[in-house]
Amino acid sequence: MRPEPGPISAAPSAVRTIDWLAKFRHMLQVMAFALAIATLQYAFVPDKPYGPPLVYSLLIATITWAVIDLGRELFPSSAETGWPQGWSALALVLGAIVLGYVGGTGIADALCQYYGWYPPGAGHQDPSQLRSSILITAIAGIVGSFYFYAVNKSAYLQRKMTEARQHASEARLKLLETQLEPHMLFNTLANLRALIGSDPQRAQVMLDHMIAYLRATLGASLQATHTLQAEFDRVRDYLELMAIRMGPRLSYTLDLPEALAQHPVPTLLLQPLVENSIKHGLEPKVAGGHITVSARREGQHIVLDVIDTGVGLSGTESQRTGFGMAQVRERLASSHGAESAIELVAVHAGGTRATARFPYQA
Amino acid sequence: MSSNQPATALIAEDEPLLAEALQAELAQAWPALRVLATVGDGTSAVAQALALQPEVLFFDIRMPGLGGLEAAAELADAWPADKAFPALVFVTAYDQYAVQAFEAQAVDYLLKPVQPARLQKTVSKVQLALAGRAQAAINSGADISPGLDQALGQLRQLLAAGQAPAAAAPIKVIQASVGSSIRMVPVAEVLYFEAADKYIRVLTASHEYLIRTPLKELLPQLDAQVFWQIHRGTVVQAEAIDSVHRDESGKLSLSLRGRPEKLAVSRLYAQQFRAM
Repeated sequence: MRPEPGPISAAPSAVRTIDWLAKFRHMLQVMAFALAIATLQYAFVPDKPYGPPLVYSLLIATITWAVIDLGRELFPSSAETGWPQGWSALALVLGAIVLGYVGGTGIADALCQYYGWYPPGAGHQDPSQLRSSILITAIAGIVGSFYFYAVNKSAYLQRKMTEARQHASEARLKLLETQLEPHMLFNTLANLRALIGSDPQRAQVMLDHMIAYLRATLGASLQATHTLQAEFDRVRDYLELMAIRMGPRLSYTLDLPEALAQHPVPTLLLQPLVENSIKHGLEPKVAGGHITVSARREGQHIVLDVIDTGVGLSGTESQRTGFGMAQVRERLASSHGAESAIELVAVHAGGTRATARFPYQA
Repeated sequence: MSSNQPATALIAEDEPLLAEALQAELAQAWPALRVLATVGDGTSAVAQALALQPEVLFFDIRMPGLGGLEAAAELADAWPADKAFPALVFVTAYDQYAVQAFEAQAVDYLLKPVQPARLQKTVSKVQLALAGRAQAAINSGADISPGLDQALGQLRQLLAAGQAPAAAAPIKVIQASVGSSIRMVPVAEVLYFEAADKYIRVLTASHEYLIRTPLKELLPQLDAQVFWQIHRGTVVQAEAIDSVHRDESGKLSLSLRGRPEKLAVSRLYAQQFRAM
């Protein structure tokens, strides 16, 4: 089956396009904010004219906005969240506030002087007024920046969450697809159909294995772990089905020491490895071969081996190190972290060995 | 083969129970059919078909060694030109792309598990085809194998349908490891590629390299205008071809500029070489 290309997740593209509409929206929001500040100022000191604080406030706010909102597009680290990371964010905001204040008051001074609204520098002549206007600028700048940062961050997290959810359901679907592969299913049914006529008793046994296999496969997502005994039982179900299909071309050995039978293991961890051995190892080989699945304890680790005497690794390597291996690796890593490992090696006599290793729990 | 004798068949199916079951179902649907042999892999299927010369072939699509399609192609290449090519029926559990291709090429196929009613239909079609073929042979007294050309055309289409789509941009260099270093071989210098077991031999005018990519994976990466497949395992740079020869039995072979070897062209790919 050819894999369908999955829905494309929003990967950060190399060339970012600037959303000018959003920028314009930001600017209007900032201006409204500046208007509110000027109104507040006027409300507290109603004996002074309304005009000048409005001009100062709007100019400072607009310059500060322009420096931050356009400036952050220059930082490569802002590709994902829309904001630069760490110190550069703080430096950008502080720099913008200083620039906004100096530039804004400068232009406002010039404007007021030109239109004769106010003597130059009159807005902050005495030191207490100067301090308060600097304070207002700083607080407004930080509050405004924080607001936009929070909005961006929440949109970013939302996007990430959707992506993660999509990724998880895709992975589950793909796993189910490989385990309920139509080719395997219909061939098994064809064998069952043949057996019902010729050997009803064997047909019943085969059906029982198939029921157990289907139940385990379909229910695997409900349970994170089960015992090694249960894991080996499921592997046996699968191998029994395959042994009936492949006849003398497949033989197998399961080796689970009694002492490890009750040890927990991620559900159906071995399944993809055994499937790989059949599909890429034994099925292409005319003479077939043998599969050995074993568990043992090595110091503080449990070691699971899937060894086949199939065609070996060359040629189809890319397929064998594909989805099945990645899936097992991911599940081991999420349940046991860095202490787990999985490897796939060619056995010198031909065939392959897949080894999974994870910490022993007393 | 005279029409008084019972028709003969070969079954190629790697799952023993399914091979048995198909034979049993055929005994019901076509009691007169004689199944000469049942084989479990593609290579044996080709060998047995050539040895036993059955009139009907039931080939499973997925088999170890050679798949059903590849086996049929191999067989069509080696089939004696004066004998009627067998009627082909492919058997598959689930290959939606293959099934689409069969429909498009009007090739007979069966889905596993095989349903008696469907098998009956296929049997009638095959019987009709065999009868028509016998009639045609009597009428024309033809010396070319009836059905072979048609089978070749169908197989060519089927094999093409199963191939991976061509890569957007053909590769320019082949990376071949020589000892512990990697040699970059410009594709333009390659005169031909030849599949050898798990490797491909890459031949330039002066050197030979080995790469580990299967030919199936390399083919889509080559420019189909520049490199022509002439055999299951051989791909030649068209500009390097010096001349094409036809021997008494009608088989084609190529000689190249810059290489002494003669390369065999399989029947499947022979239609590329026509005098202009």
